[in-house]
Amino acid sequence: MSTSSRLGCALMMLLAMPVVWADDAPASAAASAATTEAPTAAASTDAPAAGPATASTAPTEPVLVGADKISAGDTAWMLTSTALVLMMTIPGLALFYAGMVRKKNILATLMQSFACTCVVTLLWWVIGYSWAFTPGNGFIGGSTRWLMDGMVFIHGDTENKLTVSHLALTIPETVYAMFQMTFAIITPALITGAFADRMKFSALLIFLSVWSLVVYAPIAHMVWEPTGWLNLKGVLDYAGGTVVHINAGIAALVSCLVLGKRVGYPKEAMPPHNLSLTFIGASLLWVGWFGFNAGSAGAADGRAGMAMLATQMATAAAALGWMFAEWIGKGKPSVLGIASGAVAGLVAITPASGFVGPTASVIIGLIAGVVCYVAATSMKHALGYDDSLDAFGVHGVGGIVGALLTGVFASKEISGSGGSVLTQLWGVGTTVVYGGIVSYVILIILDKTIGLRVTEEQEREGLDISLHGESLE
Amino acid sequence: MACRVLGISDRGREATAVQVTQSMKLITAIIKPFKLDDVRKAISDVGVQGVTVTEVRGFGRQRGHTEIYRGAEYIVEFIPKTKIEVAVTDALVDAVIDAIAKSAQTGKVGDGKIFVSELAHVIRIRTGERDEGAI
Repeated sequence: MSTSSRLGCALMMLLAMPVVWADDAPASAAASAATTEAPTAAASTDAPAAGPATASTAPTEPVLVGADKISAGDTAWMLTSTALVLMMTIPGLALFYAGMVRKKNILATLMQSFACTCVVTLLWWVIGYSWAFTPGNGFIGGSTRWLMDGMVFIHGDTENKLTVSHLALTIPETVYAMFQMTFAIITPALITGAFADRMKFSALLIFLSVWSLVVYAPIAHMVWEPTGWLNLKGVLDYAGGTVVHINAGIAALVSCLVLGKRVGYPKEAMPPHNLSLTFIGASLLWVGWFGFNAGSAGAADGRAGMAMLATQMATAAAALGWMFAEWIGKGKPSVLGIASGAVAGLVAITPASGFVGPTASVIIGLIAGVVCYVAATSMKHALGYDDSLDAFGVHGVGGIVGALLTGVFASKEISGSGGSVLTQLWGVGTTVVYGGIVSYVILIILDKTIGLRVTEEQEREGLDISLHGESLE
Repeated sequence: MACRVLGISDRGREATAVQVTQSMKLITAIIKPFKLDDVRKAISDVGVQGVTVTEVRGFGRQRGHTEIYRGAEYIVEFIPKTKIEVAVTDALVDAVIDAIAKSAQTGKVGDGKIFVSELAHVIRIRTGERDEGAI
């Protein structure tokens, strides 16, 4: 009873927040729209997008165009990519995580990814998309697409008209918004790996919701939208190494520090219950990641092909890197090891995929596999935090490795612009500092109001039965 | 449950009173799981009609083993074994023990043990037959 009323209160808070933000957003959006003269930003950077800009002056905001401006090939690939990326979260990530927890928490873990998918979908419709992908100030987008207002397809007598995003001119805006929605979905879902087995479901829903709006949307805007200040600075992030993985990774680290360790950790044995689920999940992530990386081309073109090749190379190299590091260090090459290595490689190649060739991909993968192995094993134990499923060790560390190596290996030939490690550090630093601080504040407020953790008794009993009233036999 | 067992034994009380001669044994063996098929074949070859098999965990001189997940080492104290239970008449005891011991042996630590204990009564539920007739 009291839980639901407290949940209600917190939801009110959540709904009130956008109003606070909204105070300056429309004004600044209008201001920047007025002052933007030329599409310098779009030309100088390589945000995922930028299909061939056919118009003489590239638009700087979503525009209404005739249906003849749409490329069937690009649209077909982006529709496919969108479905692939959704598959990464459900069931990919859900299974990847569920296999690693104890039997009493499997359903709760699956539930977290599924509920995250539903909640973020609606938030993306309400505010998220507008804040991330419409022009605004350097920090956050405008309010022109709240409730996806103005995103249209109009059946005309002579010609159909529809809106396209200024970030992807050859596909319908609906497809672009959906594609980016699947990114917004997986990012908070990744965080759940850090606090597996011990977070209240109500607190989790509120945390993910608020985080999605006040951390994910602004970071996505800063890095990808042409008015975002990191984009203007020239930070390279092809498919979300910074926006998705460093962002989720740092939130994961903060949340496992704020929540504290699982009851019994590290004294009690907490071996994974069913690594075959983890294996299936990792494999689905791998396949889905082609939508993530090659889809970030925003088109079915040569760069998408290069991104796909880079993704495959880096993943294989990282999986083997982790496997051999473990084989040498611990004596046996494990299934969990090779699967974790593959995910580390996928993470690390994400920011680099559209900027590097196959050789650089293999190097990035190998480094990521070994570094993430060390992060998830020795470093975690040495520092003593309980990042249960290594959301930080794999996504945070892998993301940082990838972001920095993108600066090293970015090829002018492929992307039209070289990279710089120093510039990349701006992206990493901003995300770590901003994401870390805001995540911390959200968690502390929740802890002081509704509480973040389940009781020890509920934790011992398992979240499946204590939170969801179900269990696996 | 106790009542039901009592009901059966009540019916045949006079008959068994004479026959309590401890002429049967319960042989319980703990073996390596992968040896189950060999053991089943060996004991049916010497005339055993039925066996109960249970998956169990435990430790003996073999002790446990270590599992490592992303660098976290877990010592698994109890390792999986298979328990088989066979009820036999005294005449068959030695042959069955022999069959199990031979078929379950690998010569390495962890082969398991055979326990033999007196068996007071056996009742076949379907027919109500008792003791040696029910084996």
